[in-house]
Amino acid sequence: MCATCGCSGTLAVESVALLTQGHDHEHGHDHAHDHDHGHEHQHDHGHEHGHSHSHDAPGPDSTAARTVQLEQEILGKNRLLAERNRGWLQGREIFAVNLMSSPGSGKTTLLERTVRDLGKETVVSVIEGDQETRLDAERIRATGARVVQINTGTGCHLDAQMLGRALQELSPAIGSLLFVENVGNLVCPALFDLGEGARVVIASTTEGEDKPLKYPHMFRAAELILLNKVDLLPHLHFDVDRFTAHVRLVNPSAKVLQVSATGGDGLPEWYRWLAARGASARPHPEPSRPEGVLT
Amino acid sequence: MHELSITQGIVESVCEAVPEGKVLAVTVEIGKLSGVVPDSVRFCFDLCAQGTRLEGARLDVIDVPGQGRCGSCQRELDMPELVTTCPCGNPFLEILRGRELRIRSVEVM
Repeated sequence: MCATCGCSGTLAVESVALLTQGHDHEHGHDHAHDHDHGHEHQHDHGHEHGHSHSHDAPGPDSTAARTVQLEQEILGKNRLLAERNRGWLQGREIFAVNLMSSPGSGKTTLLERTVRDLGKETVVSVIEGDQETRLDAERIRATGARVVQINTGTGCHLDAQMLGRALQELSPAIGSLLFVENVGNLVCPALFDLGEGARVVIASTTEGEDKPLKYPHMFRAAELILLNKVDLLPHLHFDVDRFTAHVRLVNPSAKVLQVSATGGDGLPEWYRWLAARGASARPHPEPSRPEGVLT
Repeated sequence: MHELSITQGIVESVCEAVPEGKVLAVTVEIGKLSGVVPDSVRFCFDLCAQGTRLEGARLDVIDVPGQGRCGSCQRELDMPELVTTCPCGNPFLEILRGRELRIRSVEVM
C-alpha cells in the first residue's frame, strides 16, 4: 500500500519511473490530468490512463520542489545480490560458511587446520577478506586449498557484490565446501548478507566473556559460535559458563562449541557440524555427474 | 564504520531512483535495533553526497523505536536495546519493529 495516500499501488521500483510527478503507480481511478492548470475540476469522462498523480499539486512551474516516494530498503541492493549468490551456490550444491570474528581470534589458524584436516576427503576452497595484504591467502594456499583474496581497502566488511566477484574468480567445485573469512570485525559484517549457507562466529578465550553482550548483532546473526583457544584456559581468567550464558541471552538457539585450533580440542565436533549442515546444502550427495559439468 | 557503506548505499540508490533534478532532501527511516547509528550516517552523508546530485541536500532521519514480543508470555513491549529482558524473565524477544533501514522519500527540484 502506498504510504502517502493509502492507495493500493506498488511502490519501490516503479514509483520512480516518472519523475515529473509526485509519486507514481498504476491506478484504476481517474485523477485531474489537465496540466494547463493545477486545480481540481469535475470531469465525467472516465478513461484509462496509467500515469502518475502527485501530492504536491503539479502545475506548470517545473522548478517547484516535489516529493518522490521511494519506500526502498537501504540494503535492498545487497540483499538482492546476496540472494543471487545464494541461488548460484545452491545450484552447485556448494555449502558456504561465512566466518566472522574480531581480529586475533585465531580465525585463519582455525581455517588452516580445518582445511588441512578436511581437505583429504572434501574439496575445500576459501575466500579471504582483509583490508590489506595477501598474507592470509598465502597461509591458506600453503594448505593446498584454492583461495581468492579480497582486499576491501578502507572497507570494514565483505558485501554480496564482493563475494559474487570472488565466486566467479574462484569458481568452486560442485558439491564442495567453501569458507568465506570475513574481515576481522564484530560489528559491520553482521549487517551484510553475502548469500552464505551458514554464519559462524569465532570468539576466543583471550577476549572478554562479555563479547556477546557488547556485539549482540553479530552473535544474534550466527547459528554456531566457536570458542577458540580453549587450550589456554588454565592460564586465563575466562569463565566459559559465563560466556555461554551471555550467548544464550543474545541468541538462545545458537550452538556453542569449544575448540582449539592449535591443540585440536573440539575439532571433531566442528567437523561433524560442518558435515551435517553441509549435507542439507547438498540434497544429491552422490557425485554422479562428471567433474566440472553443470546441470 | 559500516555507516559509510550504508550512506553510500543511500546516495547511490537515490541517484539511480531519481535520474534527474537536484535533490534537496532525503528522508530515511533508521530503526533503533538496526545496528546503524543515525549520527554516523549524518556525519557521512555530506561526504558521500559530494559531487553528486545530492550535494548540499538535507538528510532527515526518522528514528523508529524498537518493539518486541515475548515468546513466553506473548507480551509486546518496547525494546530500547537488542538485548532486552521481558518482565516475565525471558531474555530473548522476537523483534517486531526497529530493524528498519529504508529510504522513505526524496525532495527533488
